[in-house]
Amino acid sequence: MNENLFTPFTIPMMLDIPITTLIIMFPTMLFPTPNQLINNRMITIQQWLTKLTSKQLMNTHNPKGQTWSLMFISLFLFITSTNLLGMLPHSFTPTAQLSMNLGMAIPLWAGTVVMGFRNKTKISLAHLLPLGTPTFLIPMLVMIETISLFIQPLALAVRLTANITAGHLLLHLIGSATLALVNISLFTALITFTILTLLTILEFAVALIQAYVFTLLVSLYLQDNT
Amino acid sequence: MASIVCVFLHSFSVPLKDKKLLEVKLGELPSWILMRDFTPKGIAGAFQRGYYRYYNKYINVKKGSIAGLSMVLAAYMLFNYCRSYKELKHERLRKYH
Repeated sequence: MNENLFTPFTIPMMLDIPITTLIIMFPTMLFPTPNQLINNRMITIQQWLTKLTSKQLMNTHNPKGQTWSLMFISLFLFITSTNLLGMLPHSFTPTAQLSMNLGMAIPLWAGTVVMGFRNKTKISLAHLLPLGTPTFLIPMLVMIETISLFIQPLALAVRLTANITAGHLLLHLIGSATLALVNISLFTALITFTILTLLTILEFAVALIQAYVFTLLVSLYLQDNT
Repeated sequence: MASIVCVFLHSFSVPLKDKKLLEVKLGELPSWILMRDFTPKGIAGAFQRGYYRYYNKYINVKKGSIAGLSMVLAAYMLFNYCRSYKELKHERLRKYH
């Protein structure tokens, strides 16, 4: 029990070779390229969903920020597909690894911040001080805002990792509790099973929501700095 | 007349390299396997052919159904099960592992 609680989160190996890259590349097979005006059903559904999300995500940006739409949509599709594929039994979720999420969060956040500093230096520096602070509080507040700025990528990465990992762990634990309770008391097992069903629905929602939140926050950082 | 029939019979025999797997006789199987293209380009071509074979049969059709996608997901699940069998072996309900 102690060892196999975290084994779903270890690097997937096949014949002692890590195949993480192959598993990360698997969701690309599920998104075929549209090459006609009217495509098959799978592509049509994906196109409709992509259009819906991109409109929702990018309509608050000015044209300069909208050049990032491709980046945001690919990010969103990647996180959604990897999270949803991780809901299948025995599968490996790359987004549950902190290293991967840091690799996604830090460059994107740094990109928005550097862009803001290069193009609108005064305004970016001005963001560090909220409006209407008393004069004697200014130094401390600037430091606090700088710290909160630098914590943004860390928070992005850890939020995604913790949500996905915690969800998977909870599912695993409650599932094994249900199995163990079946022999002891059927009624409690049924209650635990209901909890499990509800949790599974929640996990599917979390998978989608986390992707959305990640992308939304990066777009928010972009908006501040465009 | 006989010469025309002879020409037709000769044009029906395909060289071993270009035969499909189900047309290869059992005795010729080792030499057929060795004649396949195992360069990276050849392997990539094989994966591409396999992908498009599945795609054009089940997904790129007028009325595709959920079966096309769910077969892929079921195969992915099976692949992951086989990959983690070593750890899953210990979770069986047995007295002696």
